[in-house]
Amino acid sequence: MSATTARAPMVLAENVHKSFGAVHILRGIDLQVDAGQVMVLVGPSGSGKTTFLRCINHLEKINSGRLCVDGELVGYRERNGRLHELKDAEVCRKRAEIGMVFQHFNLFPHMTALENVMEAPVRVKKVPKEQAKATAERLLAQVGLADRAGHYPSQLSGGQKQRVAIARALAMEPKLMLFDEPTSALDPELVGEVLDVMKQLAKGGMTMVVVTHEMGFAREVADEVVFMDGGVVVERGKPNDVLVNPQHERTKAFLSKVL
Amino acid sequence: MTEYHEAAAGTAVSRPPDIKAVPVRHPGRWIAVVVIAVLAAMMVHTLVFSKVQRGNGNESRFGWAVVGDYLFSHQILHGVLVTVELTAIAMAIGIVGGVLLAVMRLSPNPVLSGVSWLYLWFFRGTPLIVQIAFWYVGISFLYPQLSLGIPFGPEFAHYSANDLIVPMVAASIGLGFNEAAYMAEIVRAGILSVDEGQHEAASSLGMTRALLMRRIVLPQAMRVIIPPTGNEVISMLKNTSLVFAAGVVDVYYAQQEISATTYQTEPMLLVACLWYLALTSVLMIGQYYIERHYARGSVRELPPTPLQRFKSLVGRRNVLPPATVDLEAQAVLGGLGRGPGGQHL
Repeated sequence: MSATTARAPMVLAENVHKSFGAVHILRGIDLQVDAGQVMVLVGPSGSGKTTFLRCINHLEKINSGRLCVDGELVGYRERNGRLHELKDAEVCRKRAEIGMVFQHFNLFPHMTALENVMEAPVRVKKVPKEQAKATAERLLAQVGLADRAGHYPSQLSGGQKQRVAIARALAMEPKLMLFDEPTSALDPELVGEVLDVMKQLAKGGMTMVVVTHEMGFAREVADEVVFMDGGVVVERGKPNDVLVNPQHERTKAFLSKVL
Repeated sequence: MTEYHEAAAGTAVSRPPDIKAVPVRHPGRWIAVVVIAVLAAMMVHTLVFSKVQRGNGNESRFGWAVVGDYLFSHQILHGVLVTVELTAIAMAIGIVGGVLLAVMRLSPNPVLSGVSWLYLWFFRGTPLIVQIAFWYVGISFLYPQLSLGIPFGPEFAHYSANDLIVPMVAASIGLGFNEAAYMAEIVRAGILSVDEGQHEAASSLGMTRALLMRRIVLPQAMRVIIPPTGNEVISMLKNTSLVFAAGVVDVYYAQQEISATTYQTEPMLLVACLWYLALTSVLMIGQYYIERHYARGSVRELPPTPLQRFKSLVGRRNVLPPATVDLEAQAVLGGLGRGPGGQHL
């Protein structure tokens, strides 16, 4: 990595607004995630956490403000002071550099775990099959599923599915990982195995933006915790400051319910 | 079977004996069996023994002898071949066109989706027989010369429509283009049935729309697309009888030509029916195996095919060949259930 990329924050949001029709979901978000940092977004449902996450890899278009990933605008190019929309192929190329893990896993059900992990490297990055297979096997081993490579998603438990989904995202060698409530659809018993994989990733220096209700994870892993409500950032800071000594009434009220 | 019971009983700590209850009686079923048996006997009786005075003797009213004479006659067999060919070509055009039209219809590009809508409007809104006749006679009249070249500019090659649009081509285009309109709706329903999360997961991995359609969405849509497509193939097989409008001699036209000279109308209709039934049966078996192929991943374990079931049934009666041993074991395990200690996950 060159010095320029080291200086530019991985994610930079300046006064980001997003509406769905008449519903104003994001009302001016200012956030910054530096390379190697783990940011955890917490807040009540409907506060815009997931929408913000989806804006980062352009699954949603923002209506106003500026949103940059690794120093480049998301979905646009600035030329002579005007914004030009990116072509579909360019949007795809940028998305390929950002991994995303979904609440409902969204594994491809007609492919085995190994095929799920191999698919994007082979088809999108044109990695030779043998090499992609070796990488996929290594990643499945890394998430503790070496012996499940030949299983279809329907033959896996929720926790195993989510770990395959993480391996699938990692196979593209992303510079940024987005997690959208990765443990919300899991049985309580299975939450730990997924969080363990995520902790291991964070330790490895991966830049991560995580939407979650797992406060224990936030306290242990996050470099910064952001509390959102009503489409704005209410409070942000070190996990111990926000989660243990919240300054705002709204944060206190929320935490008293979830902790 | 008994061994499994003993083994299971051995592992369970104190399992009570299996329940042996008196099964519920079903007198209604027996009455139904009797009624249906009588009706079936009457049916068989008329089919086989019903006679008619013809010439100097009694003949079967259904004319089975005539059916036998013509069932494998050269004319009929040629007609069958044409029917199969037309079905295959028209369905190929229909499926490829249908996928294209469905993807166009769902495209964010309003021009593409509009064109797709117009196509459907026209080809579903006019009768198939009119379309076939039109391709055969109409095109050569309205466009006697077909040329390859730059629109409104120079032309490189000319063809006479009469040479190009021979009966078989007109029939294939007529059936295929019409089928594409119906297949488009079937494919569209299949695509819409795939979870939105699949689109998102694929796009988040950097896949383009074309790639995610081909690799992720369509393979999953196949499960929904295949049963109605099987329906379409079967109705296409029978719709090919409309190609007489383009002068193509398929199995239906062939039997008509024969009965026009022999005056054996009913036996010849039976000949056509028997061939349609035979072809349909083959198609239904094919459909079963295609559906099974696309079911992979959606069920934990595929149920055995009728052939496998038959084999294991025969195998159980006779000496077990090595290959069917584990099939048998599977069937027994499946029948009894895995129990709480099963290794599903």
